[in-house]
Amino acid sequence: MAASHPPTVPQICATFGNDPTRLVDIARQVQETYGHVGPASIDAIGRALRIPRVEVESLVTFYSFLSKQPKGRVVIRLCNDIIDRMHGFDQVLAAFTAELGIGVGQTSSDGITLETTACIGLCDQAPAALVNDVPVTELNSDRARQIVRELRKHMDPKQLVTKLGDGNNAHELVRSMVRNNIRRHSDAEGGDNGAEPRIVLSPHAPPEALRKALSISPAEVIRAIKTSRLRGRGGAGFPTGIKWEFTRAAPGARKVVICNADEGEPGTFKDRVLLTERPDRVFAGMTIAGYAIGAHEGILYLRAEYAYLRPFLEMVLQRRRQAGLLGPDLLGKGKHTFDIRIQMGAGAYVCGEETALITSCEGRRGDPKNRPPFPAQRGYLGLPTTVNNVETLCAVTKIMEEGSATFCEHGSKQSSGTKLLSISGDCLRPGVYEVVFGTPLRRVLAMAGAENAAAVQIGGPSGQMVGRDHYDRTICFDDLATGGAMMVFGPQRNLLEVVHAFLDFFADESCGFCTPCRVGTVQLKRLIEKVMAGRGEPADLETMEQIGRTMKTASRCGLGQTAANPVLSTLKNFRPVYMGLVHTDPDGYRRGFDLEGAVRTSETLTGRASIHV
Amino acid sequence: MAKPRIATTSLAGCFGCHMSLLDIDDRILQVAELVDFDRSPIVDFKRITARCAIGLIEGGCCNEENVEVLRHFRKNCDVLVSVGDCATMGGIPALRNLVPLEECLREAYLEGPTVHNPERRMPDDKELPLLLDKVYCCHEVVKIDYHLPGCPPSADTIFRALVALLSGKQVDLPYGLIKFD
Amino acid sequence: MANDISFTIDGVEVAAAPGQTIIEAAEAAGIYIPRLCHKPGLEPFGGCRVCTVKSNGRPCSACTQPVAPGMVVENDTEELRALRRDLVELLFVEGNHFCMFCEKSGHCELQALAYRFGIAAPRFDYTWPARQVDMSHPDILVDHNRCILCGRCVRTSRQVDGKNVFQFVGRGHEKRLAVNAEADLGATDAAVTDAAVGACPVGALLKKRIGFATPVGRRPYDERPIGTDIETAAARKE
Repeated sequence: MAASHPPTVPQICATFGNDPTRLVDIARQVQETYGHVGPASIDAIGRALRIPRVEVESLVTFYSFLSKQPKGRVVIRLCNDIIDRMHGFDQVLAAFTAELGIGVGQTSSDGITLETTACIGLCDQAPAALVNDVPVTELNSDRARQIVRELRKHMDPKQLVTKLGDGNNAHELVRSMVRNNIRRHSDAEGGDNGAEPRIVLSPHAPPEALRKALSISPAEVIRAIKTSRLRGRGGAGFPTGIKWEFTRAAPGARKVVICNADEGEPGTFKDRVLLTERPDRVFAGMTIAGYAIGAHEGILYLRAEYAYLRPFLEMVLQRRRQAGLLGPDLLGKGKHTFDIRIQMGAGAYVCGEETALITSCEGRRGDPKNRPPFPAQRGYLGLPTTVNNVETLCAVTKIMEEGSATFCEHGSKQSSGTKLLSISGDCLRPGVYEVVFGTPLRRVLAMAGAENAAAVQIGGPSGQMVGRDHYDRTICFDDLATGGAMMVFGPQRNLLEVVHAFLDFFADESCGFCTPCRVGTVQLKRLIEKVMAGRGEPADLETMEQIGRTMKTASRCGLGQTAANPVLSTLKNFRPVYMGLVHTDPDGYRRGFDLEGAVRTSETLTGRASIHV
Repeated sequence: MAKPRIATTSLAGCFGCHMSLLDIDDRILQVAELVDFDRSPIVDFKRITARCAIGLIEGGCCNEENVEVLRHFRKNCDVLVSVGDCATMGGIPALRNLVPLEECLREAYLEGPTVHNPERRMPDDKELPLLLDKVYCCHEVVKIDYHLPGCPPSADTIFRALVALLSGKQVDLPYGLIKFD
Repeated sequence: MANDISFTIDGVEVAAAPGQTIIEAAEAAGIYIPRLCHKPGLEPFGGCRVCTVKSNGRPCSACTQPVAPGMVVENDTEELRALRRDLVELLFVEGNHFCMFCEKSGHCELQALAYRFGIAAPRFDYTWPARQVDMSHPDILVDHNRCILCGRCVRTSRQVDGKNVFQFVGRGHEKRLAVNAEADLGATDAAVTDAAVGACPVGALLKKRIGFATPVGRRPYDERPIGTDIETAAARKE
């Protein structure tokens, strides 16, 4: 057999029509083919796409799954979020570094690169890592060493998967060891076996929802969604029907539906489960949205960490095309044309912010856009665009299937329906739970086996940390609003370590566009480190609050506006933790100044000790 | 009634701020009528002899002795004022903060193109205070009450601040007296 | 275009034309809203956030927010003054700013804002980042120590000069200005006559061999706070 040559960079560019709006895809493929997007590739892409090379470099240096420096054939990305840290991240990392003989960010001589990465959506089976696209879960140091030894034999991450997960994780196009961990309320001891609502998680049989939608007018579809009072499930809670109405009303013949599957909020993994088990529900929701707003194009923006689901999702799309559920004439009714493409992300939390997600779809670095104009007016490529969360679109199909009234039977006036929660941390039953809005936190914790929780992070790092005196509050938009992440911390945990991990995350994931977020995250991180080291003063807490307020008010997008929340919410709800660590020096010396540390280098260089320490 | 006392010092600075203090010209006589100078390069006392109302600090901290002096001032002065950009921001000495200390010393004493040092020794006489890993501005080391920026702050800035402090008022610099150069 | 939109800034009635941003309408009315990344004629950026105002109670950047009839804008309030001081101080500690020997001192907009806000010293931790100085171009220097990532050179090069000499690379705290060449500025088509060179509000992008030309005391911000021209221009019109 003749050796097949990998495609050249110009050939890769040509595959995408030399279209600059597909630069993310092009760069991803160059990365995959050559292990990096080096200076020569950057030049070649710039020439083929007729764009300045620095624009290509700008994009490559933005996304964490792209790199200018060569990487190994196999890249191990160990998830470093706080839940993984609580479950043995340090030991697993030590095992990887020892077995590979390299540090983080380095590549072994036999072509294995070791990195750490932000949450990969597997907190319920932590510690976890991605080996190229392949998730490996529930790691320990033995397993880490074994992975390296196996990789050295075959360099094929797919062969690391021996025991397949449940449901579609075992599908031949997925073949993953990931487990869904879909929990039922009755799993809890003494849990009620009564009415357990299944809305977004309920089985979906095409083409029911789409047929019903197409049997009424687009305006009636929007009316049904408005009547259901469905609000966005990604966290912001904007009414879906109103969003659709704005997009439908916006001038222009070409409109776009984007499904936000960039589930990057640490601690969230419910969209992964929906994409694995209910992909038809997601795509039907997008199709219904397309019909409602008058869009013929849909884009599923899939985070790079979920690339292992892509072949399966492409197959589902193909199956839908064959069944007439996608394509030139939906269900042969002569009413609407709609198709969906998958846009892969490339590793950037900020792309979960809808305008950054749109910028990324356009083939650019994922900087958020200025608003106005809002996406409904001018979004993807300047076209009216609606961006909906995976879970929201699943709810849409259910509303079509059973009607708004049935949907509204669950939840409250402001928060109708159910919410999927991704629960992880110090609990007996981590996983995905569907609860009706209005469920008290205490009940949720009981379901998950987390009665002993000392603190709960609601909504991920961008949300809030609450303590025991908040457990009677309820999950809903008016009280404990959440995109779905719920991290449980037992009494043995140091909350400031949690706060520090979150700030570290935000500092790394800030796009850097605006001052308060880019600089504020770094300053907050330094301050929390100072407090943790016992070198803080009460004035430092005031400085943290001041910086936090400025970030909240002045930041350009949701990331910066919420990045100070770990500090602000713990200063509010867990102030004694801080107060126990900060002191004022009676002599007016700054406790943050460490003379001993400051002279250490000099002591080593001169070989004598300071007389002042 | 005893006159309030003032102490001044120059840490990692160039004495330019002290020059600027002298630059208040004949107004120094007004100041001298209002205050007594304690430890200061002007009078050459090494330690503060009695509690001072005001301490003026020129320069930031580049070595352990600077830290010791600054702390001595903080302990013995009611109001401590950072005078000049080195005190308030690190200033020119802080240029070395962009290079790790060891690299700085190697370049200066071992590897620089004009270095003649056959014994290849770093300065290590025990009389020399140890250098800090970087240059710290004063408010990173002790609590500072007021900042008078400038390189140096103008005589007017210093005089105005002194008069305000001696009349028990807050230092409030008008536009034109806040300068970073 | 008729100034038929009426709204208020700090209670003062302002007339504006449709399509104007808050900062443009304010400027035309003689009201100065502090800013760094905004430069008239360039596409709005919204990056420095110094022009943050509240419009009907909601914070927004005045350089990107279009005016609307009846809008109630807060500009010079204690809360917003504190916020702007924070932003300027954050920019000072993010880079390495040595005003005492900077060619731009007295002309620098970052320094001028600190003067206007009465900042004697930043309260935040200096970070002393390791940054590069690019001296490769015969006539232009790039000192990354001073760059505040406002994007004025990026936009001016593209929109005014019709080139693409500059763009940002990296993200978050590792974001920095880069040039359209694998090597450095000397390898680009940048020219000393480019408008981009003069677009820098700080001393990050400078013409070589020109510095300290204006004596101290006669520089733009020695006597008059930044924004005074805007505040007095309207008065002269009246």
